[in-house]
Amino acid sequence: MLSQIEGSKAVAKTVAACRPEVICAYPISPQTHIVEELSRIVKNGELTGCEYVNVESEFAAMSVAIGASATGARAYTATASQGLLYMVEAIYNASGMRLPIVMTVANRAIGAPINIWNDHTDTMSQRDSGWIQLYAEDNQEAADLHVQAFRIAEELSVPVMVCMDGFVLTHAVERVDVPEEADVARFLPPFVPRQLLDPDQPITMGAMVGPEAFTEVRYLAHQSQLDAVDVIERVSAEFASVFGRHTGGLVRGYRLEGAGTVVIALGSVLGTLKDAVDAEREQGHAVGVLGITSFRPFPYDAVRAALAGVAQVVMVERAFAVGVGGIVAQDVRTAVEGTGTRVHTVVAGLGGRPITQASLRGVLAEAYAGELGRLTFLDLDRAVVAAELAREHAAEAPRAAARTAVRSPDAADTVPAGGAVPVR
Amino acid sequence: MFQVRIHGRGGQGVVTAAELLADAAFRQGQYAQAFPSFGSERTGAPVVSFCRISAAPIRVREPVLAPDALIIQDATLLAGIDVFAGLVPTGYALLNSRHSFAALGLGDRVAPLPPGHAIRVPATELALAHLGRPLPNAALLGAFAALYPGLDLDAVLAALRERFPGAVGERNVAAATAAHDAALAERAATAGTKERVDA
Repeated sequence: MLSQIEGSKAVAKTVAACRPEVICAYPISPQTHIVEELSRIVKNGELTGCEYVNVESEFAAMSVAIGASATGARAYTATASQGLLYMVEAIYNASGMRLPIVMTVANRAIGAPINIWNDHTDTMSQRDSGWIQLYAEDNQEAADLHVQAFRIAEELSVPVMVCMDGFVLTHAVERVDVPEEADVARFLPPFVPRQLLDPDQPITMGAMVGPEAFTEVRYLAHQSQLDAVDVIERVSAEFASVFGRHTGGLVRGYRLEGAGTVVIALGSVLGTLKDAVDAEREQGHAVGVLGITSFRPFPYDAVRAALAGVAQVVMVERAFAVGVGGIVAQDVRTAVEGTGTRVHTVVAGLGGRPITQASLRGVLAEAYAGELGRLTFLDLDRAVVAAELAREHAAEAPRAAARTAVRSPDAADTVPAGGAVPVR
Repeated sequence: MFQVRIHGRGGQGVVTAAELLADAAFRQGQYAQAFPSFGSERTGAPVVSFCRISAAPIRVREPVLAPDALIIQDATLLAGIDVFAGLVPTGYALLNSRHSFAALGLGDRVAPLPPGHAIRVPATELALAHLGRPLPNAALLGAFAALYPGLDLDAVLAALRERFPGAVGERNVAAATAAHDAALAERAATAGTKERVDA
């Protein structure tokens, strides 16, 4: 139904339309209105055949989802930020046991320092967890991706994270055509588990696997992610045939025709980027946008094909690897290996800092001029950083002097040659 | 695209106001996007919310930096925050106050705006009279429908009734309608004569 609705509520209604049988959630910050709305929907009797489990932690939330999924129930939960970190051990168990759980992550920063606002540090920390990760550009896509996520998860028997920008999307009220149950039923068949915990036919799941077979189990998980590349694309196309709109899929290009420069991003910044690129095109700059919806699995072929003939890429990332640089950029570099396409990383929007068209267009101007470096922090307050570095340097001087004194010949009478400490 | 920035304090329904405005625009067949500024939400702390209205889908997600309209829910913000920052020269300003812009020392800020584009209504007083609580947001939206030609009062009232079912909704409707009338009278008084000066 076409509604003017908060992102979180649109997702909650969509999840309900997917008829999950178990929803578990830990209702504390960082959490979203999603599970709050779902609890209301279940309690009101609008969603029958579903048990809503109020658990005692995010670790328990994922553990309950694992148990539910293993017994053949369609299971759903949602979390964010530190909550995601708290369930990490169980996250790996879910993917290791190939349980098709769907989880929303309302992307938020990770502390310390404490920060409740949006960036992608939380889900990027789980990029190698074996879960599929799909990133929503707007709230329509956030809603639609959940319908597709259950299909993808259950077809491949792999859990799926739907990543939507915290606050920027979850708290935005905008027009969403919320998928309705009747349409979802035409698209999403009942869950038929690949294997099942059944007292009449007992099996053990997630049992001990020694060195003789662990590699093979891991390889099969890898293969399932490779298979997911085709499945994600096909499910998106089938969704379009039922719902009449194209959302999801692997990547989506915008004004790529003849583009010498392409900006790549994940999530809600894509909308701002498209407006910025329209303005750039009006000024005659050959620039386009490539949105990556599927980060895991990473669609290497689709990215490489979309970037054919492109001179340079500006990879806008809402997270980064400290001491290294871009995270998504590493995969993009792999995708364009040997093509000569240059990849610049721009770290932007950390901890909720707004990403503005003006700043993005400033970066693009540097890129056209060949002045954009390998790694840029958008809108970095250089004066603050310089002052803090100077302060740290000043505070370090006496400590460095103390270390030097211990090592210097002047200290030889207190530390005898050979390093032996005299015994008194 | 028409961009609105709403300034107020935590507890005054600043975020709700943006959402109601977006809902009203949606009822008029427009695309609309409402979102809060993402600060720590504390009662009394300065809060900003945003609403974009457009005939075409809205993609941009940056904060509203150059608003076409300002709704100022709390005049005590004026001392500490430059709420007028970025307001476009043809923009609108709606202030919740018994006092005129000039009396509040803002004559220079609203003087460049077209005649009748800057008005004040005593929304808190109207809210107290109709709701019994000092929540100025519904009243201001009623007044805003008198100020901004793109917004219909009926759409605002429909949004209020859906958001607040029953008697509470009707009291909000009464506050919005009273403020709408007050705003029309204020516009008639200020249009052409710029800002009316009073004490």
